[in-house]
Amino acid sequence: MNYFLTEEQQFIREISAKIAKEKILPVRAELDEAQEFPWEIVKVLADSNLFGVYIEEKYGGTGGGVLDLCIAVEELSRVCGGISLCLAATALGTFPLILFGSEAQKQKYLPGIAEGKKIVAFALTESGAGSDAGAIQTTARREGDYYVINGTKQWITNGGEASIYTVIAMTDKARGSRGASAFIVEKETPGFTFGKKENKMGIRASATRELIFQDCRVPVENLLGKEGQGFIVAMKTFDASRPGVAAQALGIAQGALDEAVTYARQREQFGKPIISFQGIQFMLADMATKVEASRALVYAVARAVDRGETKIAKESAMAKLFASDMAMQVTVDAVQILGGYGYMKEYPVEKMMRDAKITQIYEGTNQIQRTIIASHLVKEQAGRK
Amino acid sequence: MNIIVCIKQVPDTTSVRIDPETRTLVREGVPSIINPFDMFAIEEGIRLKEKHGGKVIVLTLGPPQAEDALREAISLGADEAIHLCDVAFKGSDTLATSFALSAGIRKIGAFDLIICGKQASDGDTAQVGPGIAVQLNIPQIIFVRRIEEIQEGAIVVERISEEGFDVVRSALPALISVVKEINQPRLPSLKGKMKAKKAEITKWGIAEIGVDPGRVGLDGSPTWVEKIFSPPEREAHEPWHGEPDDLVKKLADELEKAKII
Ligand SMILES: Cc1cc2nc3c(=O)[nH]c(=O)nc-3n(C[C@H](O)[C@H](O)[C@H](O)COP(=O)(O)OP(=O)(O)OC[C@H]3O[C@@H](n4cnc5c(N)ncnc54)[C@H](O)[C@@H]3O)c2cc1C
Ligand SMILES: Cc1cc2nc3c(=O)[nH]c(=O)nc-3n(C[C@H](O)[C@H](O)[C@H](O)COP(=O)(O)OP(=O)(O)OC[C@H]3O[C@@H](n4cnc5c(N)ncnc54)[C@H](O)[C@@H]3O)c2cc1C
Repeated sequence: MNYFLTEEQQFIREISAKIAKEKILPVRAELDEAQEFPWEIVKVLADSNLFGVYIEEKYGGTGGGVLDLCIAVEELSRVCGGISLCLAATALGTFPLILFGSEAQKQKYLPGIAEGKKIVAFALTESGAGSDAGAIQTTARREGDYYVINGTKQWITNGGEASIYTVIAMTDKARGSRGASAFIVEKETPGFTFGKKENKMGIRASATRELIFQDCRVPVENLLGKEGQGFIVAMKTFDASRPGVAAQALGIAQGALDEAVTYARQREQFGKPIISFQGIQFMLADMATKVEASRALVYAVARAVDRGETKIAKESAMAKLFASDMAMQVTVDAVQILGGYGYMKEYPVEKMMRDAKITQIYEGTNQIQRTIIASHLVKEQAGRK
Repeated sequence: MNIIVCIKQVPDTTSVRIDPETRTLVREGVPSIINPFDMFAIEEGIRLKEKHGGKVIVLTLGPPQAEDALREAISLGADEAIHLCDVAFKGSDTLATSFALSAGIRKIGAFDLIICGKQASDGDTAQVGPGIAVQLNIPQIIFVRRIEEIQEGAIVVERISEEGFDVVRSALPALISVVKEINQPRLPSLKGKMKAKKAEITKWGIAEIGVDPGRVGLDGSPTWVEKIFSPPEREAHEPWHGEPDDLVKKLADELEKAKII
């Protein structure tokens, strides 16, 4: 369907599709198997300017927005939802800087990010604080011109590979959810090391790692926004980043649908191609309809964010929820259509199914998305009376 | 250094279908691409520019839509693009094509190096590059797989041959044609694409390059295609196994039977 994308967005799709086909397709199975971070692809994405599509031109980007990012992530995820995450997670770590960074912070960090020379990570989750982000234990204590960070973050995407980390830590535990703050921490900062590297079900070409802070001294100029704004930074970041996760799910699903259609046309049973069976046709038709419905929602939300809509938390949650649940269903169905072959590693759909699962879990589980949506429903109705 | 890269727009043969009825190529709706070998020529030109400074000018002779090929070259990093476009060029053979291209190059003026692809994926003659060199009376080195170095007024390259490769040194300006081993072409960038969209493309017809209409197009093309046909399929061959002495005897018998000896 024609979404009337700008010429620049069409170029982004074209370039991303070319990279996916020529550079990612040949290595995706291997990187998945070896759990290897895609540094060579990062270089290609960087040279093609894809790391800067949502960053302002004055900081070296191409001046697009969330929709531009979504298109790149979708197109790359069509071929590999693990490799595409190096870009999507960099954006997740960069939005706090775009939304809350001072001019000096932006000038210092954004150009390197836009160029793809520096990749970024976002660190909120801890072993005891997943959905309940307010339970984080990592602290940041002010000491003169520094904050001293102590604690351990868990399951951080791009962990160990990124050179810039946005870290949420408690500056004043007594103030509860108003006691958290967001910091920019550079990789080489003394007292900042990396722990366990996770062995995962899917998105295996993405690095997921523990971050360990032991008396890690970060200069006060690295505080993002104001002290106490940490969770606001996180929530506003998610409003902007969730369409990106949704786009990852969308791409994975589209990739699985493409594979299923191709296979169903080729595979013959009972003397004819299996696509001639109405049972298969109906599955494919449902899959395609769900994919398109997700795309329409994801693009609409991304466009709204880009046009400056700030009350977007509910719809942003909807896009992430709908597209990720859809991707799980569609990839499961794709495996079903490929039958036993779908279960084998020689075909890509088993990987797509493994990769799709994470999109229902991270950046807020889909249960959490539902609680966000429901809380807005309640608020909206209460406000009307 | 000033580098001129000659590129040709060709049909994307990977998406050409064969009509099952007529058994000919279905050309309608087939997208056009830059001749794959010319992608290596563009890449090498850009790398030389990045290393030695100067500029890369891409040049094509072709119908109006060949402009897309020039824009793509700009998106990859070429600085200027010149399109030789005139109805008078229609039907040009390799002689007329190289004649027109060399006239265009003379009009461009000073240059150090011309880079062509090894051959075009459609015409396949590998004649245009050498033809240009002859017209311009400059040295040519074809099938280059590596540029070893560029010195003051000279170039040293490795040229593939059937046995291996030759190291050849030539004075500049010169023309080289490149093979796919020479590099790995980069992918287009978003900034490059945006720049290419706005880029000014110079268009020259026969008047601008000052060529006589009789030297280009059908009138300027002595090549005459008598007939086009598919070569007959070769008969299945039969491998022989055995002791050398027996095989030699068998071979002699067969040759005698076929009245060859
Ligand atoms: C591969 C991977 C990459 C990740 N990358 C990052 C990253 O880059 N940065 C980062 O900060 N974090 C990251 N995370 C963490 C991720 O965001 C969390 O896993 C997620 O928020 C859920 O937290 P949890 O795993 O602790 O689950 P829990 O919060 O323990 O939830 C367990 C189950 O309970 C449900 N549940 C919890 N609360 C409720 C409720 N109130 N109502 C209904 N159901 C509820 C959940 O939906 C879930 O089904 C990553 C995780 C993974 C697996
Ligand atoms: C026998 C014969 C008859 C032909 N008759 C006709 C005809 O009647 N009508 C007709 O339209 N065509 C005709 N052609 C096609 C035409 O001659 C060729 O398309 C053209 O001359 C280029 O030759 P080529 O494709 O073999 O390129 P090659 O010589 O294989 O190309 C080598 C390199 O030269 C450069 N180059 C080639 N062509 C161009 C170009 N146009 N612009 C810039 N650089 C270029 C590129 O760098 C390319 O990699 C005929 C070809 C042959 C062999």
